[in-house]
Amino acid sequence: MSPLLTIAAETENPLVPPIPEIVIGLLAFVIVFGFLAWKLLPNINKVLEERREAIEGGIEKAEAAQTEAHSVLEQYKAQLAEARHEAARLRQEAQEQGASLIAEMRAEGQRQREEIIAAGHAQIEADRKAAASALRQDVGKLATELAGKLVGESLEDHARQSRVIDRFLGELEEKAEAAR
Amino acid sequence: MSADPTQVLAFETDCHIFANCGFPAPGLHSFLFEPLWGDANSNVYFNKPMLLALLGSIIVVGFFWAAFRRPKVVPGKLQMVAEAGYDFIRRGVVYETLGKKEGEKYVPLVVSLFFFIWMMNLWSIVPVAQFPVTSIIAYPIVLALVVYVLWVSLTFKRHGFVGFFKNVTGYDKSLGAVLPLSMTIEFFSNLLVRPFTHAVRLFANMFAGHTLLLLFTIASWYLLNGIGIAYAGVSFIMTIVMTAFELFVQALQAYVFVLLTCTYIQGALAEHH
Repeated sequence: MSPLLTIAAETENPLVPPIPEIVIGLLAFVIVFGFLAWKLLPNINKVLEERREAIEGGIEKAEAAQTEAHSVLEQYKAQLAEARHEAARLRQEAQEQGASLIAEMRAEGQRQREEIIAAGHAQIEADRKAAASALRQDVGKLATELAGKLVGESLEDHARQSRVIDRFLGELEEKAEAAR
Repeated sequence: MSADPTQVLAFETDCHIFANCGFPAPGLHSFLFEPLWGDANSNVYFNKPMLLALLGSIIVVGFFWAAFRRPKVVPGKLQMVAEAGYDFIRRGVVYETLGKKEGEKYVPLVVSLFFFIWMMNLWSIVPVAQFPVTSIIAYPIVLALVVYVLWVSLTFKRHGFVGFFKNVTGYDKSLGAVLPLSMTIEFFSNLLVRPFTHAVRLFANMFAGHTLLLLFTIASWYLLNGIGIAYAGVSFIMTIVMTAFELFVQALQAYVFVLLTCTYIQGALAEHH
């Protein structure tokens, strides 16, 4: 051990700082503090802030997308429900319409049938009447001719003739009525 | 220690037990270095702790330069590690004590202090360097002084001249008759003792740690003779254990130093109650 250091160790107090070491210590710390405070920490702070924003922005975006999807789904569901409702309504309407149509048609058919039947009845009645009157005339004529031949007397006199016939036929009818 | 400035070992290398030479115990002389350049008697010289101090600050700056010079939103491995350290101090120390709003201003100082002190402590177990720069009182004193100046000026700025003394002496009317006594104690404790303890706490821990490491290292070597070899093994194991322990103490002391720094700043900013 060098005598110089032995002496120094005996005389120097470890709690008394030598000036040059203080200067160097300050310098060393100032170097670190200077670089960190001047450039490096502001740098990283900026990036940390950017990262925070990026993460938060991403979350916000995802949230927005989710909300939109949700609202679209709601809209879609509402539309679907409306469409179902509409379809049901249309079906109901069609059913009602169909039923009324059928009823109408049935009524119409009934009416037409009755009309046809009535027309037929009228026709028959008219024919019967025509036939009856024609028959009456023919029967009258035949009877008159027969009677004329029988009595030998011409009963050509028209007026008398028809009067006789009418009276006869009236009698016949009365008989028929009475028989009925 | 030899006078040869290139000598890096802290003890004579040719001395063993039973060889008629005494145990070269570590002591104050282990913390004195022959200048690498200049004259120890003048105030112009450059020695190993100074070299380590400057080298250490370059390493710290270099590390953060590499990590934070062009930081990316999606970080690389180095940036991730540096961010973890930065965030630990920023959130875990500064925001915890000072709050986000008040504390933001002091983040660069506290972060610089922590990593600077840690690096200076770490030199203790870096091979070849193997000397904690902070075990030279000058370095902790400088750092404690920076904090002290900041604390005093902050207290003045916040509370004015009268407020400063009220803050420093812990003025509190409700103490009544004890007030003069408590004010005297607080005055000495805050204004005079505190910066000293702030520096010495770090210094003494590193000093003791280095002495302990030296003791076991020297003993391991010294005992390497005859039956002593068995004890040398034990001593060597202790060296390893103490190295691991020192690794823990180094980080812890750096943490304690910055935590106290924040507590002092908090005291300066606090409204008196």
